[in-house]
Amino acid sequence: MRKAIAILLLIIVALGIRLSLRKIPFGTPKTEVGRYYIDEGIEETGAVNIVTAVVVNYRGFDTLGEVTVLFIAAIGLGAVLTTSVKGETRKTQPASLVLYTGCRLLFPLIFVFGTYVFIHGHLTPGGGFQGGAIIASGFLLIYLGCRERKISRVGSNLADSLGGLVFVIIGLFGLVLGSYFLLNFLPKGTANTLVSAGIIPIIYVAIGFKVGSELTSIIGSLIEEG
Amino acid sequence: MIVFVSFLVFLMLVGAVATSVFRDLISAVIAAALVSLTASILFYLLQAPDVAMAEAAIGAALTAAIFIIAIRRTKRYEE
Repeated sequence: MRKAIAILLLIIVALGIRLSLRKIPFGTPKTEVGRYYIDEGIEETGAVNIVTAVVVNYRGFDTLGEVTVLFIAAIGLGAVLTTSVKGETRKTQPASLVLYTGCRLLFPLIFVFGTYVFIHGHLTPGGGFQGGAIIASGFLLIYLGCRERKISRVGSNLADSLGGLVFVIIGLFGLVLGSYFLLNFLPKGTANTLVSAGIIPIIYVAIGFKVGSELTSIIGSLIEEG
Repeated sequence: MIVFVSFLVFLMLVGAVATSVFRDLISAVIAAALVSLTASILFYLLQAPDVAMAEAAIGAALTAAIFIIAIRRTKRYEE
């Protein structure tokens, strides 16, 4: 009986979605702002990667909110999970040889790749969030493979706070020097070069540090204290 | 090309169904990671490499790891 009702409800939901989407033509541009970003984005922001131009420049304030949500999540998780008694250490069995060797060989490569992704955020696909997530997955490998290594919690918190601070301070500079928060006050330079697009690379490096250290501290508090 | 994309979509559907069917929760998490991985390849083929990178790193690696850490503290098999 319950299954029949569930299937009926699913059919009704599917019909509703079908009816509401029928009028929208598939594949054609629905808004004009997307076309505007593609046409004018490179000239206005200096960033070749339009996604980065939208995320950091046109919608920079939204990105600040997004980073803040992640920050609060990391802080909350740390506060909830830090209940273990000080000095209590669980016995951990060492990782297998394959995992240990793989971790030692792969971690530098993953780290360099993540750094590359967020430094080149305005030129190639990727950016602060993607690079940070890649770096955090490298640290996950350290947690799994090289268990005798301790990852400094103070260092990751420092990187976290510095990233957020740089983001907000650069935004406030825009407010002081120009008219609005996160104004792109630095010279844009020539497109397609590493030092271009004004404040976008600086903010994306800050976001990369922040996201990487936040995700690392989330995983660390789950593995060590959970 | 269309065959490859259809295969990926089929794989994604199989992973999604397997996630809800498996009684072993570790296997269910691996199936969910498979869904994320195929989604990331599909994003790449749909010319959204930014989303593909985020999906591969967060969806396939970090989420699965967090789920497995959580399962390690609870029960592995669903009744």
